[in-house]
Amino acid sequence: MKLAINWFKYSAPSTFYGLAGKMIPWFAVSSAVLFAVGLYIGFFVAPTDMQQSEAYRIIFIHVPASMLSMFIYLIMAGYAALGLIFNTRLSSMMASALAPTGALFAFISLWTGALWGKPMWGAWWVWDARLTSELILLFLYLGFIALHASIDDPRRADRASALLAIIGSVNVPIIYFSVKWWNTLHQGATIKFTGTSMHIAMQQAMFTVLAACWLYAIAVSLMRVRSIILERERNTQWVSELPEVKP
Amino acid sequence: MNWSEFFAMKGYAFYVWGSYGVALLVFIVEVMLVRHLRKITLQNLRMLRDAGDEE
Repeated sequence: MKLAINWFKYSAPSTFYGLAGKMIPWFAVSSAVLFAVGLYIGFFVAPTDMQQSEAYRIIFIHVPASMLSMFIYLIMAGYAALGLIFNTRLSSMMASALAPTGALFAFISLWTGALWGKPMWGAWWVWDARLTSELILLFLYLGFIALHASIDDPRRADRASALLAIIGSVNVPIIYFSVKWWNTLHQGATIKFTGTSMHIAMQQAMFTVLAACWLYAIAVSLMRVRSIILERERNTQWVSELPEVKP
Repeated sequence: MNWSEFFAMKGYAFYVWGSYGVALLVFIVEVMLVRHLRKITLQNLRMLRDAGDEE
């Protein structure tokens, strides 16, 4: 049962704190490299689009940011649910650490969408099902953060915000399927499980930036969770013995 | 293709660079904020410890 022991070892905040610290530089550096490669392909290799000219190049940040905003929400709700069910402290801390990053990706998705919508549709914003449900996603993130911050006892805050996160997760499939279920101005999915009609260099650029965004999100969430761990474990022996806390 | 043509994005410069510029800004600000959070968290811990020593 060595595997089980190792698994639980890293679910202890004290061990995870050190592990996360070692992993952050690797995620950060590989994220920067993939951003550079992805954007190089996106701007210098991928051809001009026949219909949308150069404006389509917004896709290389818009689609990865939108996908991340949805995935991070599900991961956040998953951690929050684990914390609620098993009463594991680290899971709740991870949920809190992911929320601001998810909210920022939802913001980037909406912002780049507005800047793409204006030249293509003639409007910064329309109350279309896809756009509206993504806006609700941003509000769910902000609601999660605000609710957690408004309750003094951290364990009670974890439980209350976990409920919000779990209930809110029904919004994610609504965003995903909105372009199918309703007649939206937003276009349908180009990347489907059955394949795509996209140019190969466009795909490479988009998936490389997607990977870069993933690595960025992991790096920055791990940085944030380390501070959350320190704050919430401040009265423990192991925190007071850390070299960065000792004089 | 020369650089000024590249930056002009065939007339879509505002939309394309406005998207990437704000995304980059968001990433930079977020990294600065998490670094600041770590700094103040460590400061608070040291203050807490020093206050405890005096008791």
